[in-house]
Amino acid sequence: MTNPVVKASGIVKRYGHVTAIDHSDFELYPGEILAVIGDNGAGKSSIVKAICGATIPDEGEILIEGKKVNFTSPIDARDMGIEIVYQNLALSPALSIADNMFTGREIRKEGFLGKFLRMLDKPAMETFAREKLTELGLMTVQSIKQPVETLSGGQRQGVAVARAAAFATKFIIMDEPTAALGVKESRKVLELMKDVKARGIPIILISHNMPHVFEVADRIHVHRLGKRLCTIDPKDYTMSDAVAFMTGAKEPPAEITA
Amino acid sequence: MSDATDKASEGQSFEQNLDQSAKEVAQFKVKNTSLLNRIQHLLHNNPTLVPVIVLVISLIAFGFIAGSKFFSAFNLSLILQQVSIIGILAAAQSLIIITAGIDLSVAAIMVLMSVVMGNLAVFMGVPSGLAILTGMAGGVGAGLMNGWFITKIKLPPFITTLGTWSIFYALLLWLSGAQSIRGQDIDANASFLKFFGQSFNIGGARITFSAILMVLVFVVLWYMLNKTAWGRHVYAIGDDKEAAEMSGIRTDRTLLSVYGLAGLVCAFAGWASIGRVGSISPQSFYEGNLDSITAVVIGGISLFGGRGSIMGALFGALIVGVFRSGLRLSGVDVLWQVFAIGWLIIIAVAIDQWIRRVSA
Repeated sequence: MTNPVVKASGIVKRYGHVTAIDHSDFELYPGEILAVIGDNGAGKSSIVKAICGATIPDEGEILIEGKKVNFTSPIDARDMGIEIVYQNLALSPALSIADNMFTGREIRKEGFLGKFLRMLDKPAMETFAREKLTELGLMTVQSIKQPVETLSGGQRQGVAVARAAAFATKFIIMDEPTAALGVKESRKVLELMKDVKARGIPIILISHNMPHVFEVADRIHVHRLGKRLCTIDPKDYTMSDAVAFMTGAKEPPAEITA
Repeated sequence: MSDATDKASEGQSFEQNLDQSAKEVAQFKVKNTSLLNRIQHLLHNNPTLVPVIVLVISLIAFGFIAGSKFFSAFNLSLILQQVSIIGILAAAQSLIIITAGIDLSVAAIMVLMSVVMGNLAVFMGVPSGLAILTGMAGGVGAGLMNGWFITKIKLPPFITTLGTWSIFYALLLWLSGAQSIRGQDIDANASFLKFFGQSFNIGGARITFSAILMVLVFVVLWYMLNKTAWGRHVYAIGDDKEAAEMSGIRTDRTLLSVYGLAGLVCAFAGWASIGRVGSISPQSFYEGNLDSITAVVIGGISLFGGRGSIMGALFGALIVGVFRSGLRLSGVDVLWQVFAIGWLIIIAVAIDQWIRRVSA
């Protein structure tokens, strides 16, 4: 089998008396969409946060492309080419689409203007942003300079996904990307995800929406009571099986448990 | 199989009919084309337009009411001179307010640093240049102290600066012994402290160096806020701090730099104020904190952060100056000047709220 992009083993995270992650394992393989499902409070967000540096695990080891990492913040993860699309999108409403795509990694002008006056190269940033949005079939916005607050929910999600897709070199984490969207917008985001996957960037998808999970995921990581219960192939199981596993209504067969 | 049906078969069963859904781009009933609505949109895109319009209208209005005394080059340059110190403070205040903070200590930092510069240069024989540098460093330090409480101890900016206002004010009374440093002493020992009090004449207008400094401060800060990554981060933090953090901005570091820079600008105002006032008085500019906030608010910078251009604060300061001068020359009692400024603030914030509703 190919080497995993992410291999986490024995991750533990405690908050006082609460154990949010209880010796959990996690793997993500190249070119796949891995869905992470679990009941509320099962700790699926916690395990993903531990992988991207948003929380620092108390125990365990995380390998990214075989190398051990110790992230202390999501910025460390980002520097390695790991992008996160947050549920609330993390966009600044009053800033333009181009500004938002480049927050924290702006392009500066060449030469004296950029080096000493630290002037931004806005035309370059706008061209790049327009290219990326067009690549993902999102160029229905009027102007790349328009503030994000004037966009619809689906368009904003598109900007956040485009930002992640443009800069991710390792993998993308998406937290409930379709939760706030209508049917059409959700479809668009699902197509975007398949598009990103087709470019060879694996995706970790956290979602409660079973139809969406079963449509796009190659594997499903079922999280229960702070650890990975099993990993299932959506082609072999039904949605009700998955829900039964994650709520504890049914025990998964021994050969797939982790 | 055609491409379209292929796409549909990939989706969920309940999405099968999406293919046949309306394809045309959404058409909204165009009922929002009233003049008022178009103005609202225009102002939403250009927040500095309001103070510019108000400034022009008030200039014309006072030109009619007060006549040529008001519209003389001398009087207009006098207004520029009168607003220069509060204008520089308003520039510092704008930086803070754009991050959704507020700084009640700007004037206290300014006067404290002018006292530090004066004590060092006039009484302790320190060379003027070094005394001024010490004051500048002190300004940065005072600003960083505010910033440290706000970012590391997580205190609200209002409370923090309410506290440091008192602290800095007490320190300046202690350092100065509540005594002014007389103009003659400054002239004799450290005339460089009065550098910004100098002026030159162009066609009847008397331009002081402090007015030029004010314009320079605004231009430099405008550049930093609009043309550098740092500036974009400052706006992003004021807009939504959590989102800024998540999109990879080191928000605490940026906020600290904002408070430090604001402190430096206040120290510059302190240096300029020595030239403007002619002496160093611990009692001067006691209301400077609130005057600076007034200029910022009238300039259309939102108190909720993230919106407005720093140039607005320059126009805001000028509007206050024009009203004061115009009303005085029209022979109106001082109390009505205060009355008018009060209404200006209320109207400015009301307009800000109205403009914001456009996007909702």
